[in-house]
Amino acid sequence: MAEAKVEQQVMEPTVYEYIVRTKELEKVFVMGDTELKALAGVQLDVRRGEYISIMGPSGSGKSTLFNMIGGLDKPTRGTVFIDEVDMAQLDAFELAWLRCRKIGYIFQTFNLIPVMTALENVTLPMIFAGVSGEEALEKGMRLLNTVGLGDRYHHKPTELSGGQQQRVAIARALANDPAIILADEPTGNLDLRTGKEIINLLKRLNVERNVTVISATHDLKMIDVSDRVVWIRDGKIERVEHRKDIEVRVGIMEGEEEVPASSEQAVPAAKEETK
Amino acid sequence: MAEVEHRLLEELKQRAGIRRQIVLPLRKSLSMCKSNIFVRLGRSIITASGIFLGIAFLSSVLVSSAVQAGVEEMIRRKGELVAQIGVAGGDVERVRLLWLVMMSLLVATIGIVNSMLMAVTERYKEIGTMKCLGALDSFIVRLFLIEAGLLGMLGAILGVLVGGGVMLLFQIARHGWEGIAQAQPIWGALPLWIALLLAIPLGGVLSVLAALYPAWRAAKMPPAAALRSEF
Repeated sequence: MAEAKVEQQVMEPTVYEYIVRTKELEKVFVMGDTELKALAGVQLDVRRGEYISIMGPSGSGKSTLFNMIGGLDKPTRGTVFIDEVDMAQLDAFELAWLRCRKIGYIFQTFNLIPVMTALENVTLPMIFAGVSGEEALEKGMRLLNTVGLGDRYHHKPTELSGGQQQRVAIARALANDPAIILADEPTGNLDLRTGKEIINLLKRLNVERNVTVISATHDLKMIDVSDRVVWIRDGKIERVEHRKDIEVRVGIMEGEEEVPASSEQAVPAAKEETK
Repeated sequence: MAEVEHRLLEELKQRAGIRRQIVLPLRKSLSMCKSNIFVRLGRSIITASGIFLGIAFLSSVLVSSAVQAGVEEMIRRKGELVAQIGVAGGDVERVRLLWLVMMSLLVATIGIVNSMLMAVTERYKEIGTMKCLGALDSFIVRLFLIEAGLLGMLGAILGVLVGGGVMLLFQIARHGWEGIAQAQPIWGALPLWIALLLAIPLGGVLSVLAALYPAWRAAKMPPAAALRSEF
C-alpha cells in the first residue's frame, strides 16, 4: 500500500499553489571598496496563473529581483523556490533544464539571435529540448501565428520592427510551454501603442494558457492587466496591491518619478485621449 | 521542509535523466556556425586571415625548402660547386627557417586568440540569451570551437593555395620544371604534397586551440552579467 502511494507520488508531479517563492532574499554587489545593497530582504509569493508586476523607480532592485527569480544570478543570502525546489540546489544541467522547459524570458532589448530568422529563433529552445525538426517547425509556426507574425517567419530580426521583435520573443518564450514567463521591461523600448499591444498579448496568453507572468517594469500601463502589483523601493518591497484596489483612469502618461504613496494617486490626471 | 525539497529534487532527477534531456545536435551546431561565419563575414575574414598568413608563410617555406634541396641534389650529382649557384646553405639555414615558421604560426595563433576574444565579447548578450533558453555551458564552447575550427581550415586552405602556389611559380621561374620535379621530401621523409595537405588540419587545430580560452570565458559568465552587456 505504501509502495503504491510512493509510486503515485513519483508518477504524478504534485501541483503547488505557489509557483515562485522567495525567502529573505538579499543581493549585495561589491564594486571595489563600496558595497551596493540591491535587495535587502525580499519576501514574495506568486501563485500559479497570476499576473504580477514588480514596479519601482530605477535602481529600486526590481531587475535584480527579476534576475534572482529567473535564476540568472545567485543571491548573496536567502532562497528562491520554483515549485518548491530550491534553485541554489540545482546543478548546471538542472538549471538549464529549468530555463529551457519551465521558464520563458522576455527582455527589454528583445534579445533575438540576429543571424537567425524569426522561425529559427522561436524553435531554438525546442531544439535544446530535443524536439524533432518537423515538430519544432510546426509548433514554431503555430506560435508565430498566435502572436500574429505568421507571415514574417522567414525575416531576420533586423527586418522586423521593435514590436514585431518583441512578439517573436514572446513566441520564443512560449516554445516549450513554460509555467512561468519572466518579462524584464518588455515595453521599455516600444512606443505607447505598440507597448499596449504587447501588454494585451501577454495578458491574453496569461488567461488562455494559465501561464504565470512576472513582469519587472516601470510602465504604468501594466497595472491594468496585473492581478497584483508589487511596489519595490531601495531593495525592499514597499507594498503589494491587488488590482481591484487600484483605481486606474484612462489617459495614463508614462512616468517614472514618484512611486505614489497611496493607490488613489497611482495615476497622474493627464486627460490625454488614447486609442 | 528540507525533506520535501530533497524528495522533489530526486523526483526531478528521476523524471527522465535530466542530463540527456538537453541537447544540441551536431547538425544544428554546424548550421549555426555557418550562419555566424557568413553573416558576420568581416569579422570572420579578420579571424581567418591570421591563420591564412601563417599557413601561407609555412607553405611557401615548405615549397622553397623542398625545391632548394632538390636543386642542391641535382648540383651535387653533377659535381659543381654549391657556392657558385648561390643556393641557401645547409642545416643552419634550415633551422633558421624552421624557427621563422614557428614564430609566424605563433603570431597567427595569438592573433586568432585576440580575434576570437573580440568575437566573444561582441556576442555576450547572445550567449546570455542562449543560456536563458536552456543552453548548457558546453554548447557555447562547442559553438565557438566549431566556428574557429572551420575558419582555421578555410584560412589554411587558402594559405596553402596562395602561399604554396606563389612560391611554386617563383621556383619554376627560377629553376624551371626539372627543378621542382627534383623536389626533395621535407626532412627527408615527408613528400611535399603531403606536407602541404597536412598544413590544412594544422590550421584548424591551431584555431581551435586559440579559441579555447575565449570560448571558456564566454561560457562561464553568469547570464545576468552577460545580458548586461552593451552589445
